[in-house]
Amino acid sequence: MKNFLITLIIILIPVRSFGLIEVDITRGNLNPLPIAVSPLSIDEESRKNFQNILKKKNIGSEISSIVENNLKVSGLFNPLNKDAFLQEPDIANLKPRFEDWNLIKAQALITGKVSYVEEKLRVEFRLWDVLAGKEMMALAFTTVPNNWRRVGHIITDKVYERLTGEKGYFDTRIIYVAEEGPKTQRVKKLAIMDQDGANNKFLTLGNELVLTPRFNPTSQMVTYLSYFRNLPRVYLLDIETGTQEVVGDFPGMTFAPRFSPDGKKIIMSFAKDGNSEIYTMDLENRIVEKITNHPSIDTSPSYSPDGKFISFNSDRSGYQQIYVMKSDGSNVKRISFGKGIYGTPVWSPRGDLIAFTKLHKGKFYIGVMRTDGSGERLLTENFYQEAPSWSPNGRVLIFYRETKTDSKGKGFSAKLWSIDLTGYNERQVPTPTDGSDPSWSSLLSN
Amino acid sequence: MKLSKILKNGFLIVVACLALSACATSKKSTGQMQGDVYTGTDTVEYLASGVPDRVFFATNESVLTTASRETLRKQAAWLRKNSKITIVLEGHADERGTREYNLALGERRANAAKDYLMTYGISSDRISVLSYGKERPVDSGSNPLAWSKNRRSVTVKAN
Repeated sequence: MKNFLITLIIILIPVRSFGLIEVDITRGNLNPLPIAVSPLSIDEESRKNFQNILKKKNIGSEISSIVENNLKVSGLFNPLNKDAFLQEPDIANLKPRFEDWNLIKAQALITGKVSYVEEKLRVEFRLWDVLAGKEMMALAFTTVPNNWRRVGHIITDKVYERLTGEKGYFDTRIIYVAEEGPKTQRVKKLAIMDQDGANNKFLTLGNELVLTPRFNPTSQMVTYLSYFRNLPRVYLLDIETGTQEVVGDFPGMTFAPRFSPDGKKIIMSFAKDGNSEIYTMDLENRIVEKITNHPSIDTSPSYSPDGKFISFNSDRSGYQQIYVMKSDGSNVKRISFGKGIYGTPVWSPRGDLIAFTKLHKGKFYIGVMRTDGSGERLLTENFYQEAPSWSPNGRVLIFYRETKTDSKGKGFSAKLWSIDLTGYNERQVPTPTDGSDPSWSSLLSN
Repeated sequence: MKLSKILKNGFLIVVACLALSACATSKKSTGQMQGDVYTGTDTVEYLASGVPDRVFFATNESVLTTASRETLRKQAAWLRKNSKITIVLEGHADERGTREYNLALGERRANAAKDYLMTYGISSDRISVLSYGKERPVDSGSNPLAWSKNRRSVTVKAN
């Protein structure tokens, strides 16, 4: 990950003036903003250099396609067909002819330039308000050529932030469980990929069952459950070095791990004698603390972003319901009171909502509620789906969905899906194999 | 006064209805299921002649049924006769629950079996418990009968 350092070189003045275009992300966006992504222009010598290094014919167009795809998948933007563009990319980057872009109904325009400078990839781009005829933002940065996909994601993050007023979520990764084989003998591997499905990599070989990987919000560490030697235990994995270790020394199954928001503790369940309780372990001094104390199943713990509270699910009322307590285990309060069973609470990074899985009358739902349990809203219904994970800006949820097996034992699949907090823009996230248990990373840059 | 009496009677009627419907569902037998507990033998293997290797549970439950206790008593008798044998109790859940809760539920089911074996004289030193949650179904179907076969605790010889 050493290559991931990106230096921001110049920041031309971001124009903050009244009346420029804005995108409202708090509602389902039925009219995505028409945006023209002009291919990043590139001089012939730079083009050839990058072709040699990256085996891509035109890296400028490749980066633009990444931006375009990100914008489209966000559901908030409608990238226009390039065939209709009248102005050449290099000239547009200097000074767009706004009337031309207006003609094809573009409201925003992205232009830019890539060049090869001292073995590095230098990119500059501009965001323009077509109607107002004004530059909204201009940025340039330099990085190693191999980072070219990330360049596309960073551009998207900047554009998204400028137009919506909130941080983006494109320069991020997803860790998940890749699945293959028959349902009765599923082979599962840890896998990691960019948020758009590119750069998929398997992190384990599939020799042992692995489940529920989760990112550390502050580093490239992952915690997950492995059945190594048939002993289900919570592990810690450093993605950069590949080193792994068991978390704590428990005489039985530990599971359902997550990091604390500062990344310094792991919270998880430990099952013993038919009773599962929630524990934390401090990763620095290895001190283990027992947080819950109840003869019921207490599991799926998740911290609030300020670290002061923990949500979890428990069947102490007879069925699985969601509870919130202080991080020392005091003040336990049930917050889910709707019809059905509730599980997998996950606190939004914005702090205001808890996402959950609900089972009611044979259907599974992904939903959100306020942290006191009020304002329950179900976003999506299906035969089976669970385990939502938040995008770092708290606007999108990723989860997994399984399909029914028919009477002949066929038809089973597990796929990753995402949906906006608004309940709109539901999409399958592409993975090379089946997938489950997704966890969204923090923004890699800034 | 009358109103309260009417309410009281109404309440009793409601309770009676609930009791009846509960009976109707829990006693319903489809040949391979009683209530939603599997009673068939399709997936059952044998530790020794006449000693079934597994017991089945109702949805979300870890309570041992009469049939399960009978199976476990047979296992206990077999284990007493074969005192060198150690076992793993593998607890499982069906696919209709969240993964993490099911891991806990599988552990709870296997421990219910373990506790019962211990009351019949089998030392806890000879028993280990392993939950698979919903990760290792025996029947890949997505229907109530398949799910009933998958809600199980299986006794596996460890040596």
